[in-house]
Amino acid sequence: MASGITLEKIQKRYGALPVIHGVDLKIEPGEFTVFVGPSGCGKSTLLRMIAGLEEISGGELRIDGERVNETAPSKRGIAMVFQSYALYPHMSVYKNLSFGLETAGMKKPEVDARVKKAADILQIGPLLQRKPKALSGGQRQRVAIGRAIVREPRIFLFDEPLSNLDAELRVQMRVELSKLHQQLGSTMIYVTHDQVEAMTMADKIVVLRDGRIMQAGRPLDLYNDPANQFVAGFIGSPKMNFLSAKLDETDASHRTIEIAGQRIELQKPLAAREGEPLTFGLRPEHIQPQDNALSLGSASVQLVEHLGGSTVVYASTQDGQPATVLLEGQRPIRIGETIPLSFHPSKSHVFGQDGRRVC
Amino acid sequence: MALHSEILSKESRPAALRSRGAFGGVLERNAAGYVFLLPWLLGFFGLTLGPALASLYLSFTNYDLLQSPDWVGAANYVRILTDDPKFSAAMQVTFTYVILSVPLKLAFALAVAMAFNRGIKGLTLYRAIFYLPSLLGSSVAIAVLWRQLFASDGLINMALWQLFGFEGPSWISNPDYALYTLVMLSIWQFGSPMIIFLAGLRQIPTDMYEAAQMDGAGKARQFFKITLPLLTPVIFFNGVIQTIEAFKAFTPAFIISEGTGGPINSTLFYTLYLYQEAFGFFRMGYASALAWILVIIISLFTAFSFLGARYWVHYDD
Ligand SMILES: Nc1ncnc2c1ncn2[C@@H]1O[C@H](COP(=O)(O)OP(=O)(O)OP(=O)(O)O)[C@@H](O)[C@H]1O
Ligand SMILES: [Mg+2]
Repeated sequence: MASGITLEKIQKRYGALPVIHGVDLKIEPGEFTVFVGPSGCGKSTLLRMIAGLEEISGGELRIDGERVNETAPSKRGIAMVFQSYALYPHMSVYKNLSFGLETAGMKKPEVDARVKKAADILQIGPLLQRKPKALSGGQRQRVAIGRAIVREPRIFLFDEPLSNLDAELRVQMRVELSKLHQQLGSTMIYVTHDQVEAMTMADKIVVLRDGRIMQAGRPLDLYNDPANQFVAGFIGSPKMNFLSAKLDETDASHRTIEIAGQRIELQKPLAAREGEPLTFGLRPEHIQPQDNALSLGSASVQLVEHLGGSTVVYASTQDGQPATVLLEGQRPIRIGETIPLSFHPSKSHVFGQDGRRVC
Repeated sequence: MALHSEILSKESRPAALRSRGAFGGVLERNAAGYVFLLPWLLGFFGLTLGPALASLYLSFTNYDLLQSPDWVGAANYVRILTDDPKFSAAMQVTFTYVILSVPLKLAFALAVAMAFNRGIKGLTLYRAIFYLPSLLGSSVAIAVLWRQLFASDGLINMALWQLFGFEGPSWISNPDYALYTLVMLSIWQFGSPMIIFLAGLRQIPTDMYEAAQMDGAGKARQFFKITLPLLTPVIFFNGVIQTIEAFKAFTPAFIISEGTGGPINSTLFYTLYLYQEAFGFFRMGYASALAWILVIIISLFTAFSFLGARYWVHYDD
């Protein structure tokens, strides 16, 4: 039912231009894996190589332990949902769903049964005789997913399937896709550049940047324990605050850093070189406007967003560095006000000059 | 807002215009536009509509250019349809030509367009070269060239003899082959439908083929189930245009048969027969009637094409 996928030193070059630089990844059977990363980082390329739509320039791709680098797309047990849906415009919804089955030479009654079953799962039964042009965006999306489901693949690939939908529908489809995953139990790989989608849907998130994996792991592991500054900044919303800091040379144990004029003692020693410029990372939700824990000093409030359930404060530290603070509930904070900023030491991250995590 | 109120105020004072009559008002307001249109209007009324109406009148007369037209009612039409073996011959030649040349030309144009669409180096250059015959195709010079090539002692037969030891027939003076030589000449002018096919192929999104690939469809199935259906609007367009062109074909037949429609009427295209009647025998009335029959044939064909189109042409919107 579900297949495991192994990528070993997978590379992709367009001519002489390398875009994927040796990716190693193991995807367990039945896992919901999400590829995230900024535009152009190679998410689609990686997905299309797994699908077989793009030639693999180097490395080995295995499905259930078997090398499939040269296997035709239709022989990999894979179905793909395209960002554009890629529905056949001249065929009815029924035909769109049955096309692959008929191509495979399946008998009519079985085709019929499969189409009906997929239509039931996706609730598109009443739409079967329509052409794609007579469908709404969300309905097209369902048909595109239906076209994947009917083939009963062991692996589903999705390339930004929700990006053409409006925000509300996106949330709804997100939930439905998660349900579908539970229902079918297939392996799914999902590409998005929306980190909220990644966090909410994934068993495993793979963060990509410039054709390399920056980190792969469970969503909360990436959130709590980012391997580098890029992942730290990419996962979480609002974005993690990055404040420039420097090592306090007078502390021989390498545990003290200086941020915004404040000396802060960390729980662990830093793995940083002397004199290396450091970046101190702290999530907006981990900053308190109180004076009880470690302090970043006082900050002046530049802007306040009252979201009802939460309040976002954009402040500026004493040495003028921006800091975003996310507070629960409704807070009577005004622009121009000065508030204290403090945090718990276990919630802090320190990054070296090259972005690696040093504490 | 300012613009809006100006429009409103214009709307609210049409009383003055109305008093001079709406048409006069429109004419006055758009005078500059009509001046610019004048050359075209002169051309249309003087060179297209006028002569067309005149020929409609003449088709009911006998007229030899010297004496004034002689009203004969429908006599010309009756004779054409009931008692004119040359008309039947011309119809047969023309329909054979249309039925053979249009599908073959379109198939050939599509094949070349598909080859181009695979992305070859120097596409623009090849495209221009392949289009060239279409620019020259119906010109007198090319027809003359073809006459030389396909003559019994022409280049083609020389090559056949040298290469295969095969003595070719006389491609243009043998009635069994003459029409087919003209069909080939027409296929050779595949450039313009090819360019249109190429544009049509470019419009088919690549992910359509990728989806089909994921669905396990091979190249042939992709062609018949994706490419052809999505190309039907372009096929339809090319088909109608090329059929009309083929019905009107004149120059090649005229040059190759030297205006006779020979041998034995085998290249007597409809337009060639019409020309003979008009300028060979100066039977202008009869020729006009022939012309109007062709107009009716082409109109009927086009009308039926559009009626039939809804059953096989796929429009996306
Ligand atoms: N056919 C191609 N030829 C050359 N370079 C290409 C080609 N296709 C993609 N690339 C390059 O490969 C890189 C990765 O592209 P890819 O489409 O995988 O990015 P992505 O992560 O999916 O981005 P997005 O979020 O914008 O979809 C990009 O830098 C892109 O310019
Ligand atoms: Mg992409």
